[in-house]
Amino acid sequence: MSMPRLLAEGILKSALTEPAPDLAELGVAFEAAARRRLGRSLSIRQVDAGSCNGCELEIHALSNAYYDLERFGLRFVASPRHADVLLVTGPVTLNMREALERTYAATPAPKWVVAAGACAIDGGLFAGSYACAGSVDKVLTVDIRIPGCPPTPTALLKGLLALMEGAKR
Amino acid sequence: MRWDQVTVDVRGWRQATESLIAGRRTLLGLWGEPNRVHMASRGEDEIAVVSLACPKGSFPSVGARHSPAIRLERAIADLYGLKAEGTLDGRLWLDHGRWTVRHPLGAAARSKGPAPYAFLAAEGESLHQIPVGPVHAGIIEPGHFRFTASGETVVRLEERLGYVHRGLEGLIAGAPLDRAARLAGRASGDSTVAYAVAFARAAEAALGVEAPSRAHWLRGLMAELERLANHLGDIGAICNDAAFALMHAHCAVLREQVLRAADVAFGHRLMMDCVTPGGVAVDLTPAGAEAVRDLVRTVRERFPLLIDLYDDTASLQDRTVGTGIVKAELAAWFGASGYVGRASSGGFDARKAFPYPPYDALEFEVPTRDEGDVNARVWIRIEETRQSLSLIDQILDGLPKGPPTAPLASGAGEGLALVEGFRGDVFIWLRLEPGKVTSAYLRDPSWFQWPLLEAAIEGNIVADFPLCNKSFNCSYAGVDL
Repeated sequence: MSMPRLLAEGILKSALTEPAPDLAELGVAFEAAARRRLGRSLSIRQVDAGSCNGCELEIHALSNAYYDLERFGLRFVASPRHADVLLVTGPVTLNMREALERTYAATPAPKWVVAAGACAIDGGLFAGSYACAGSVDKVLTVDIRIPGCPPTPTALLKGLLALMEGAKR
Repeated sequence: MRWDQVTVDVRGWRQATESLIAGRRTLLGLWGEPNRVHMASRGEDEIAVVSLACPKGSFPSVGARHSPAIRLERAIADLYGLKAEGTLDGRLWLDHGRWTVRHPLGAAARSKGPAPYAFLAAEGESLHQIPVGPVHAGIIEPGHFRFTASGETVVRLEERLGYVHRGLEGLIAGAPLDRAARLAGRASGDSTVAYAVAFARAAEAALGVEAPSRAHWLRGLMAELERLANHLGDIGAICNDAAFALMHAHCAVLREQVLRAADVAFGHRLMMDCVTPGGVAVDLTPAGAEAVRDLVRTVRERFPLLIDLYDDTASLQDRTVGTGIVKAELAAWFGASGYVGRASSGGFDARKAFPYPPYDALEFEVPTRDEGDVNARVWIRIEETRQSLSLIDQILDGLPKGPPTAPLASGAGEGLALVEGFRGDVFIWLRLEPGKVTSAYLRDPSWFQWPLLEAAIEGNIVADFPLCNKSFNCSYAGVDL
């Protein structure tokens, strides 16, 4: 009988989602900017271009009950054709370069590119490898960079807000 | 851990291959250096490395008669240009023709550029192919899956990986020890602790240094927190791929709590760069220990309810029971470790088979099951989660006092280590010169699990692939490097 209990707890207990002050501020600011530009929501397509998977783990965490990404109107989509933003991780391995370019080409304009994590920004520890382009901006025009190895979920949220602030202009 | 390294001639190499075929020994790794190849294998209680010089740029194929070695040989050919004589599969693996050079770690030559990849054939009436990837629909790593299906039923799956090859071993070669350790910690981000511990132990073995006992115990604590976080994440994600989001939501909350406790205790949510050669970079404070104890209490309280939820939900069981079966003989042939091996009757666990501190002083069980299906792989994770909670308790209770690091002597030598990560045994071999690493080999457990996924999905429906795949949760980055 664990399902009824869990569901009842969900109704009776307060939500785990954190009304952290900075997140709440981000939410309000984000909403205003996002609506102006794109209506009610922003769709993100994540592309792993050679990450160690550390960044993906933290991007996943954005969807858990503590961060609850979707309350900000942000959501992950399965196809670049549905996306406004490409969230790219990794030092762009040469083996992934064409796939990244084709994903970008498949994304309808207006579109933005976020480089998330140390590798995506400047190659990180993988800079100079025979197998890597070295950073996302060697391949695509990058609108915003989110540092960290990997960036924390909070850093990722802040970065997406900064993108929206930039997109207004 | 007892290990021997011997240089052999071609006859000795063939004898070593025979011992794998006969099942007397299990393959642990196969790797190259510019002019030689090495094969590591394990017996009952020892590890042996045999090395063969390759003056003519080739060596007798192991994979021709022992299939688990096939992809390892393809990687050696791509990176070092050393050919496996008599191989059944001479196709490129890591080299997609996108680099400027071929054989980047051996005698480098100009790349010929990309060429079409010949997938293995499947013949029959009304078969169709489904290409998937490298960019997948979810937030996961890139790789290509080529399905051949008859209606809904998968006739053949072939994996093509290498998309996230970053040249990690090439970057480690020549790097100072601290930089090399940071690189090793990024082989596969979800196993950063396991890789960092394996790297540190291999380096310490090469230099003849022993880390202080407090460092060993703190490494154990981090390793168990990593196992806990990954197993909780996986259990939820597997259920999510069977469209049961409730379990996913609750497991994701517990996983987040593990990462937050790790952050308080060691200053990084995934504990990257917290283990270093010679010891650990961060000592545990009383506040950190308290955060971990709180975490254990919470998981102990919440987890049983989730296990009941998993066990009581018939629609979920309908998806996981009997799906994606790996036969015990096949798992043993590949020497598959971790939950993939243990769900198919394999009892190997590096923490037990080659005990390293702190595990030689701790009590825990290695759960096994015989069904080999998705459900069994979930249950192994459930049991291991319980074991990890108990191990964390024991570590916090018995944590020795003392310094968290030992000074490292500068020196030369070879060292290896076998460490149990959440997905199985991570093998690292290093050759050191004073002040730097000259060559390195990192073998992820997924090398011996990816091929089993191809076997597990055969005869299942295409729609069950995400479920099977998640129940394996193989590493792409750890294999591509």
